[in-house]
Amino acid sequence: MHVVIVGAGEVGRAIAANLESSHDVVVIDQDGDIVDELTYSLDVLAIEGDGTEIATLQEAGVEEAGLVIACTDDDETNVVVCGAAKTKSDVFTIARVRRRTLLETWEGSQGAFGVDFMVCTDLLTAQTIFRISGLPSAQDVDMFAGGLVRMAEFEITSESPVAGLSVQEADRYDSLTFAGIFRDDEMVVAKGDSVMQAGDRVVVIGSPDSVSGFGDDIVTRTSNGLEEVVIVGASEIGFQAAREFEEHGYRPRLIEQDHDRAREVAEALPNTIVMESDATDTEFLAREHVDEADIVIAALDGDEKNLLVSLLAKRLGVDRTVAIIENLEYAELFETVGIDVAVNPREETAEEIVRFTRADYTEKVAMLEHDRAEVIEIEIGEDSALQGGTIAEATADLPEGVVIGAISRGGDLVTPRGTTVIEPGDHVVVFVDANVLDEVIEAI
Amino acid sequence: MRRHLRVDWRAGLSLVGTILAFLSLAFVVPIIVSLAYGGEDLWVFVASMGLAIAAGLSLRQLDPDPDPGAREAFMVVALTWLFAAIFGAVPYVLAGNGTIAHPVNALFESMSGFTTTGATVMADISFETHSREMMMWRQLTQWLGGMGIIVLAVAILSQMAVGGAQLMEAETPGPGVSKLTPHIAETARVLWLAYIGFTALLIALLYGLYLVGYAPNMDLYNAFAHGFTTLPTGGFSPEARSIEAFSPAVQWLLVPFMFIAGVNFVLWWHLISGNPWALVRDNEFRFYLGAVSVLTLVGTVMLFLDTALQTPETGQIGGNLERSARYAAFQIASLTNSTGYANMDFDAWSGPAKGLLLFAMFLGGSTGSTGGGIKILRWMVILKSLRREIFTTIHPEAVRPVRMNGGSLDEDAIRGIYAFTLLYLAIFLLGILLLAADAARVGMDLGTIDVVTASIATLGNIGPGFGVVGPMGGYLEFPVTSKLLMILYMWIGRLEIFPVLVLLTAAYWRS
Repeated sequence: MHVVIVGAGEVGRAIAANLESSHDVVVIDQDGDIVDELTYSLDVLAIEGDGTEIATLQEAGVEEAGLVIACTDDDETNVVVCGAAKTKSDVFTIARVRRRTLLETWEGSQGAFGVDFMVCTDLLTAQTIFRISGLPSAQDVDMFAGGLVRMAEFEITSESPVAGLSVQEADRYDSLTFAGIFRDDEMVVAKGDSVMQAGDRVVVIGSPDSVSGFGDDIVTRTSNGLEEVVIVGASEIGFQAAREFEEHGYRPRLIEQDHDRAREVAEALPNTIVMESDATDTEFLAREHVDEADIVIAALDGDEKNLLVSLLAKRLGVDRTVAIIENLEYAELFETVGIDVAVNPREETAEEIVRFTRADYTEKVAMLEHDRAEVIEIEIGEDSALQGGTIAEATADLPEGVVIGAISRGGDLVTPRGTTVIEPGDHVVVFVDANVLDEVIEAI
Repeated sequence: MRRHLRVDWRAGLSLVGTILAFLSLAFVVPIIVSLAYGGEDLWVFVASMGLAIAAGLSLRQLDPDPDPGAREAFMVVALTWLFAAIFGAVPYVLAGNGTIAHPVNALFESMSGFTTTGATVMADISFETHSREMMMWRQLTQWLGGMGIIVLAVAILSQMAVGGAQLMEAETPGPGVSKLTPHIAETARVLWLAYIGFTALLIALLYGLYLVGYAPNMDLYNAFAHGFTTLPTGGFSPEARSIEAFSPAVQWLLVPFMFIAGVNFVLWWHLISGNPWALVRDNEFRFYLGAVSVLTLVGTVMLFLDTALQTPETGQIGGNLERSARYAAFQIASLTNSTGYANMDFDAWSGPAKGLLLFAMFLGGSTGSTGGGIKILRWMVILKSLRREIFTTIHPEAVRPVRMNGGSLDEDAIRGIYAFTLLYLAIFLLGILLLAADAARVGMDLGTIDVVTASIATLGNIGPGFGVVGPMGGYLEFPVTSKLLMILYMWIGRLEIFPVLVLLTAAYWRS
C-alpha cells in the first residue's frame, strides 16, 4: 500500500520506520535537514514541503495512496492535512491530535474534518497509564456506531445473579449479547452453553441502556476505595489520566501546584480530590498519607520533575510509580534508577497508528485484557462472508472465536440472534479472539 | 436638587411611566367583570385606569427617548413595583367600602397582591361589602405580579428589548436569569406563555370539577379567581375561609398546581417543548420535590397521630388518613413556596406540626418560579458549601468547587448567596423586633410566634402566619406604622432586597 506520512517528528519517524519494509512510504516535512537525513536513514521517499498544500500532497502521490497519516505536533495542521487529502481522493486518513475536545467532536460525527481515524495523544497516554497501572478494571467501556452500541467488561462476583448460569440461561436482557468470558489468563468465546463463574470477567455488547442496566444488576463495585491512586501534576495527560481512573470507578487524588489550573480541573473532575500543593512538600505528603498510595503517577511538565517526584514517592514507600517521559532517551535511564514504568506519549501514539494500519477496514477497535481479544466495528461490504445468510450460517464458515455483538442498520440497533440476516451496509460490532483476528478481518 | 447625580433618573422614571401606562390596561378585566355583574364599581375602575394612564404618560414626558443603563435598572424595577402597588390601590380607596378604603390599608392590600403575598387587611371578605369586580381585581393583582411585571413588559414592549435582561435579572426571584433564546423578549414571552398555559389549564379543571358536580361552589367566577392566585403563589381568595370553603376534590387538585408554581418556569418550558430531561435532571427540582415529599409525609404522620385534632369545619382529622394527608399535603405545598392558601385553620395544629410549617416557610420556591422566600437553590448551595468547608478542614489543600447541575458555581456567586441569606435573616429578625416594639407601643396583645410569623410571612411573600395573623385572621389589627413596615417588607421581599436596598445608599446616586 502507498502510505503518505505528514510530519517527521518522533511519531512520524517511528511510524515510517515500522512501515518502511511492508509498504511504499512517502514522508512530508517542512524541515529540509530532517528530509535529507530521513532519505538516507530510512527506506522511504522524503519530500520537503507543506502537507496542507494540495500540490505537496499530489507530489507525494495522494491520489494512489491508501492511507494518509497526519502526525505533526500541531492539531490544526493535522486536521487540515486530512481535509485537503480528502478533496483529491477517497484515501483513508488518520490524524493525531492532542486536544480531547477535537476527538470528542470527531467521535460525535465520524468522518468529521475528513478524518477517518483520530488518535488523541494525551488520551491515549492516559489510557496506557490506566492499563499499566495494574489495577483490576471495574468496568472497561467503549462506544461504537456513533454511540448506538456500547461494549463493557464486568467482573462477576459470587453474589451476582448470573454467576453459575450459562449464557443461554442468562440471556434475558433486551438488546444485549454476551461476547466473551475471561477466566484467569484464559479467554472463552461465549456460546449458549458457556457457564459464567464468580471471578470471571464477562464482555457484553448492546445498547447503552441495556449495558448499564446489566451492570447495575451484576456489579458490586470492585474498587471499594481500597486502591489509592495519586496523580501528580494536572498537565493535560495528568488530567486525562484522572478522568480515565474516574471513569473506571476510582476516586483518584490529583496534586497541582497552580491555583487556577487546580480549580479548573477540580471543576471538570467530580470524583477526583484535587489538592493544591507542591508535590515535593514532604510535610504535605505525610499529612495526606501519600506514602500509603498504591500507585503514584508523575505527570508534570518536564521529565526531570517527574523523575524527582517518582523517586520521592518511592522513598516514602509507594508501591508503584509511573512517570511521563517526553524524551525517549531518558526512559530507560529512569527505569534503571528505580521508576517502575516510564511512559512516552509519542511512542504510544506511533504504536497505536501502526496497530491501526493493520486492519484498515475496521472503523473502530477496542482492545481487551492486554489485547487478548478485540471488539471491532466493521461496515459490511458486498463481498463480506457475513452478508446474505443468517448469522448461524455465516459464523459457521468463520474460525472459532467470533461473536457478533450488535448490528447498527440505518441508525437503528438490531440485536443479533442466530436467525438474524446481515445486509450489506450494516455496521457490525464483532468480538474477536486476537489469535484469529487477521483471518476474520480478511473474511469479513 | 443635588448636583452630580450619577443616575439618569429622568430616563428611569420615563421608563417606569411607560410600563405603568401599559400596565393600566389590566383594569380592562375588572371593567368587563363589572359589566357582567351590574356595573356597581364600573366608574371606579374607569377612573383608576384613566388616572394610571395619565400618570404613566406624564412620567414619560420626563425623557421622550429614555436610554436607561445598568444602574438605572434597579431604580426602574423598584419603582415600577412601588407605582404598580400605589395605582393598584386606587380602586380600593375610590370605592370606599370596608376597611381597605383607608389609604394605608389599600396600599397594604395592593402591595400584598402584586407581590403575591396574600396577607390581607380586609375585615369582611364577602360580596356584601365588596363588589365582585373589586374582589376580582384583588385576585388579578396577584396574577400580574406572579411572573413579574417587568417580565411581562419586556415580553410585550419592544422598547425594552435592550437592557431588558438587566431589568429581568433584578426582578426574577433567585440568583441569575437564564436566557432561553437570543432575544430577551422571546425568553420573557416563553415564561409568560408557560404561566398563562398552566393558569388556563387550572381554570378549566376547576370549572370542570364544578360542571361534573365535584365542586358545588366552584363556579366560573371562583374558577378564574383561584386560577389567578394559584400559579403566582399568591394566596388571595374571595372566600373568607380560603380553600376550606371548597370540596376535597378542589383541594386535591390545587396541591399539584401549587407545586408547579414553585418550580422554575424555565424547566416547564423545556418540558413543554419536548425536553423532559431538563426537568428530571435538575438538581433544584429534585431537591424541591424531595423536600416537599418528606415534609408532607412527616406532616401526614403528625396529623394522623394527633387524635385531638378536629375543628367544627373539618371534623375529626387525627386517625383519618385521607384528611391527614390532604391537610398536610395542602398546607406544606402552600407554605413551602409561599402561596399561603389554607384549607383549614392550621393554627389549630399541634405545636410540633406548626413547627414543621414554620420550617417550610423558610424554604421558599425554586429559582425562576413565582414563589418567594430564600429559595431552594440558595439552601442547596449553602448546604453544599458547608459540607465542603468540613472537608477542607480535614484536607486544607483540597480544591473543591461547589457543583450544581453538573457544572461548578463561581466562588463569587456562593459569596453572594451567603450575603443574601444572611441579610434576609437579619431583616427578618429586625422585623420581629420592630413589629413587637410597635405592637407594645399601642398596647396590642401579640404572641411571640405571631410576631415571628408576621415578619417571615410578609418578607417571604407567604401571607398567613400563626395566631392573629393565622389563615383565618388578618393584618388589620396592626398599627399603621407596622403596616407601613410590612408594605416595605413585601416590596423588598419580592424583589429580593438588593434592588431596593441599593436605592437607599448614597453610593448608588453619587459615585
